[in-house]
Amino acid sequence: MPVDSKEKIARRVAQELKEGYLVNLGIGLPTLVANYIPKDIHVFFQSENGIVGMGPEPEKGYENKDLTNAGAGFITALPGAMTFDSAFSFALIRGGHLDVTVLGGLQVDEEGHLANWMVPGKMVPGMGGAMDLVTGAKEVIVAMTHTAKGEPKIVKRCSLPLTSVRRVSLIVTELAVIEPTDDGLLLKEIAEETTLEEVLRLTEARLIVSSELKKF
Amino acid sequence: MFPLFNLNSFNIIKIAENFMQKLFATFLRGGVTLRVIDIEEVSELIRPGSTLMIGGFLGVGTPENIIDKLVEKGIGDLVVIGNDTAFEDRGIGKLVKNKLCRKVIVSHIGTNPETQRQMIASEMEVELIPQGTLAERVRAGGAGLGGILTPTGVGTVVENGKRVIEVDGKKYLLELPIRADFALIKAKRCDYYGNLVYNLTATNFNPLMALAADTVIVEAEEIVPVGTLTPDEIKTPGILVDYVVVSGVK
Repeated sequence: MPVDSKEKIARRVAQELKEGYLVNLGIGLPTLVANYIPKDIHVFFQSENGIVGMGPEPEKGYENKDLTNAGAGFITALPGAMTFDSAFSFALIRGGHLDVTVLGGLQVDEEGHLANWMVPGKMVPGMGGAMDLVTGAKEVIVAMTHTAKGEPKIVKRCSLPLTSVRRVSLIVTELAVIEPTDDGLLLKEIAEETTLEEVLRLTEARLIVSSELKKF
Repeated sequence: MFPLFNLNSFNIIKIAENFMQKLFATFLRGGVTLRVIDIEEVSELIRPGSTLMIGGFLGVGTPENIIDKLVEKGIGDLVVIGNDTAFEDRGIGKLVKNKLCRKVIVSHIGTNPETQRQMIASEMEVELIPQGTLAERVRAGGAGLGGILTPTGVGTVVENGKRVIEVDGKKYLLELPIRADFALIKAKRCDYYGNLVYNLTATNFNPLMALAADTVIVEAEEIVPVGTLTPDEIKTPGILVDYVVVSGVK
């Protein structure tokens, strides 16, 4: 994926965050969201290995071997941060105390179901915290590329094992912003660089085009 | 040869220190001994075929010296319960790399290609559990609970073979407690009662596992006199700890 596509996705997801939110960013693309938080708001980042108040990567030479994120990368603890054990961490996640989780995706379907933890026979990394995050967070934002090797990732029905049967809140790709609703997938925004025709062609699932379709 | 003649001054100090530690520990615990042991003794405690809970998250907060000793002595046929299998050269990953595990029960194996290889080749069994569920199953095992009800996994492959229980119209999976023969814990500090202080995100599964095993072996970076740790900072009471290995800061 071109760097500017990732940036575009991260930038757009960051617009969804609000003052005082507790946010969990998945490893990979979702991590970039932290770089684009609007200047006028303050959010708290949780990392499921046991911290609220996670700060950016430390300068070289200031790493602490016992202060890491869920990908084992070095982080900092901002003033006011707290660390805790895994049961408490997942109580925050499962108990509805986490405002937003931003996760990558392999597939999302018309019901808003996400599959992001395994490709049978090919890739079995395990679900880690993803199933708890998707089940328990107040809002689930899927940040992913619109297609994989030209194949649509927004499909009629997920062929891959689901992460949760909970409907995700929003799908943000480099081409579109889509909200799963009771009636189906609502296409709310398309990228400046694309056309409605291209988005529809690269999406397998049926999309309901918003009457107030915006560009981003 | 009298072994005493071969001792250099360092060893004499170490033996004296060990003796004092044991005496001190026995005295302070009113006869209930916290055994401060040498790393060598770990391999005499843990037998092949044991079920181990090992603290850590991708190796952060994992007792690496104890793992290195198990690898060195080739103590195998292990069932290992932990968050993940870390990396091939780190944490639980080293046990996997050296083919010492019969089975691993973890939430994530994505950072260790060797785990995936052994799983696909049927050389080792892998049971994947959602991370929050794993934490609660360990907690249940240590807290005397018959299981926990979680919405995580409902409607997914995780549900297979499990009881679904409805409470107030919402579906939950009944997840059963897990325990182990040994918990291998990493602490920042330990006192001579065995009270433990953890450091930052190296805490993770450690305090949960310290409750859920028959024998608890701790690797602490330093051991300090009783009374120097504040009640607030102690996250695991010494009554749960059986053995301590002092590793130094690495």
